[in-house]
Amino acid sequence: MNTVLARIQGSHNTLARSLGLVVFAGAVLFIASEALGAYNELQLANGAYYFAVLAGLTVLTGLSGQISLGHGALMAVGAYTVALLIGNEQWPLVPALLAAVALTTLVGIAVGAAATRLRGPYLAGATLAFAIGLPALADKYTGTFGGENGLVVNPPTPPSWLGANFPLERWEAWIAGLGALVVLFVMNNLVRSGVGRSFRAVRDDEIAASLCGLRVARVQTLAFVLSAACAGLGGGLLTVVLQLASPGAFQLELSLSLLTAIVLGGLGSLLGAVWGAAVLVLLPSWTNDIAHSFSLSTGVSANMPLAIYGLVLITAMLVWPSGIQGGVRAVVSRVGKRRGPRAKGAAP
Amino acid sequence: MILSSYKARAAGIAGVIVVAIGIAGCGSSSSSSAPGVSATSITFGSHQPLTGPAAPGYSEIAPASQAFFDYLNAQGGIYGRKIHLTYKDDAYNPAQTVNVVHELVLQDKVFGIFEGLGTPTHTKVVGFLNSSKVPDMSVASGCPCWDNGTSQPYTYGWQPNYTIEGKILGQYIKQHFAGKKIGVFYQDDDFGNGGLTGIKDEVPASQIVSAQAYQPGGTNVAPQISAIKAAGAQVLVDFTVPIYTALGQLASFTLGYTPQLVVSNVGIDPTTVGGLLKTFSKGKAGTALIEGAITDGYLPSTADLSNPWVALFKKIHDRYDASAPFDGNVEYGMADAYTLAQALQVAGKNLTRQGLINAVNTTGSKLLGPGLVPFRYSKSNHGGYGGTEIGQVRNGQIVLFGGPLVTDPTSSGPITPYTTAQPAPPASGVSVP
Repeated sequence: MNTVLARIQGSHNTLARSLGLVVFAGAVLFIASEALGAYNELQLANGAYYFAVLAGLTVLTGLSGQISLGHGALMAVGAYTVALLIGNEQWPLVPALLAAVALTTLVGIAVGAAATRLRGPYLAGATLAFAIGLPALADKYTGTFGGENGLVVNPPTPPSWLGANFPLERWEAWIAGLGALVVLFVMNNLVRSGVGRSFRAVRDDEIAASLCGLRVARVQTLAFVLSAACAGLGGGLLTVVLQLASPGAFQLELSLSLLTAIVLGGLGSLLGAVWGAAVLVLLPSWTNDIAHSFSLSTGVSANMPLAIYGLVLITAMLVWPSGIQGGVRAVVSRVGKRRGPRAKGAAP
Repeated sequence: MILSSYKARAAGIAGVIVVAIGIAGCGSSSSSSAPGVSATSITFGSHQPLTGPAAPGYSEIAPASQAFFDYLNAQGGIYGRKIHLTYKDDAYNPAQTVNVVHELVLQDKVFGIFEGLGTPTHTKVVGFLNSSKVPDMSVASGCPCWDNGTSQPYTYGWQPNYTIEGKILGQYIKQHFAGKKIGVFYQDDDFGNGGLTGIKDEVPASQIVSAQAYQPGGTNVAPQISAIKAAGAQVLVDFTVPIYTALGQLASFTLGYTPQLVVSNVGIDPTTVGGLLKTFSKGKAGTALIEGAITDGYLPSTADLSNPWVALFKKIHDRYDASAPFDGNVEYGMADAYTLAQALQVAGKNLTRQGLINAVNTTGSKLLGPGLVPFRYSKSNHGGYGGTEIGQVRNGQIVLFGGPLVTDPTSSGPITPYTTAQPAPPASGVSVP
């Protein structure tokens, strides 16, 4: 594995390196989905669509320096697009997902263009309003969006060549996993390209960046639109996995927990987004299990998961201020330093 | 520096793999022929609104069911099997219901789902449960959508279907409020629509002057109540969950609107609604705002301690569930648990999922217990109780009167009295035909 990684990392060609990474991640996903039970396959599918969203968001916030509290609403745009196209218009899956990405991109252009005129807390406030306002449309136009009841779609059917007993959960994990791999490929290329460098330049110093000939507003809008497209894909995949698009899935809490997840995972890092997705999927069921392991009254134990979640968050931020991936990096570099001199000493 | 960041990335990837393998390890499944059942125990799962807009009142239901199972388990359970109920919070949010039910079935390997609560929530998992052939017993909702045993052979209703309830309430309105203008305030889903259908079956369309829907989750219902008031309705019919009954009454009070109130059984439990009114008004209002409301019930009133079933449930409540108030929600949970225990008793010692389904299909309509009316269960009809008795809130308690009525949810089905006397509860365990 080390040589494979070394070859992937050693290559100077970004495209080839991204492809290698994607093939490797795909192999891991494939092996994992074969080895897992039905529920874990579902968790894998959930993690995959969360990753698609988080990868875009971590690039937006970590690389281009914009905070969005509205990505839950962008997911809703993608989710409802897929639900309407598959449920009402009987579109096949892939075109419906592409349409979700396209529509969310358009919404991203509109929101992003407004967003680049705003800074810091004002940007957060504007996207916050978006996150609160958009799901309310579903209640306003119940005829189209089905109100709180939501829109239900039929589960995707695994192709017949996979066999009659192919588990639905695994098929969902594959679909969502493939979507996540596409995002991984695009984003991994992007952050290492000129575009990625221009994101960082704008984040670090807008005046310096504009003196270098970068059009700051355009770069920021591009970052927002890219992350919106990722959120649209993630939302569309959510509909495929849950077979449901309902306002309850896109409450403000979702937008906040997305932001939490990228910070907790490691801001600006795609691997951090993987950790973040794992946190989003696994932490709620862990906190539930912990809450129920104490024999408390229903009123207390029902609200315990939130309290535990907060506690985990505070602890994690104290112990790893730069996220889980930052923690891993610190451990590795410490081990590396310790090993370094010894290796030199051993050399003749 | 570059090297260490590569190493960090490699270590990150390795970490992700470790997590993935860890998950794989957790997922090792024991392939038993009937999941969730052993010689000494049987486990059901449930999704409940322990938090969120439907939590007030309804969050007492599953603990009360568990309390009844504890009482049975102390007597040895059913065929030596102790019954456990694993209930998880879905906050009345359909997206969470989907996750929770998958977790219960695929991860916790429950034998079946019992008492899954809510119309907008449970409709999202019926497809999954039926395609997985998991018994989906006693959905805690009166949506007509559980009744079709042909298309959903594994799902059963329990409480009266909302259309049946709407028809019986509608007949009372037609007889006692003839010629008065009617306004309907209802939840915008199959629950509210089912009730509205029943009302329309009985009450002439010209009499219904306004029907206003609300979305669960919002808190401002003043626009709907104002519209009903503006239409001049003299009778206000609520197909609401308790929190919206309370919000609606507070809005009416603020507007100085005092129509005759009629509320569906699910939205009137006086302890719950009174408590909510007290909380919302900071102690200024209470059950006075629902005093005199017409409603209906299919279980004896919890105020009637002379009823042997109510006395039994009170005894179990005091022993196993004393931290909850003894109200209609607790009675619901215990009566529902009694029905499941009866079905398990009928299904026999060699319990399988299909065996439980067959037991309810063949014997379900003969299972008598705390209910005032019989069940409608058959192979093709999976609807629960077939009627209700009219009641009224008097001195903050529900008083039932006029005798139980039964009907079916079709518009032509007649409403007839049901006169068979309620059997007394057995001294221990459950009794089955």
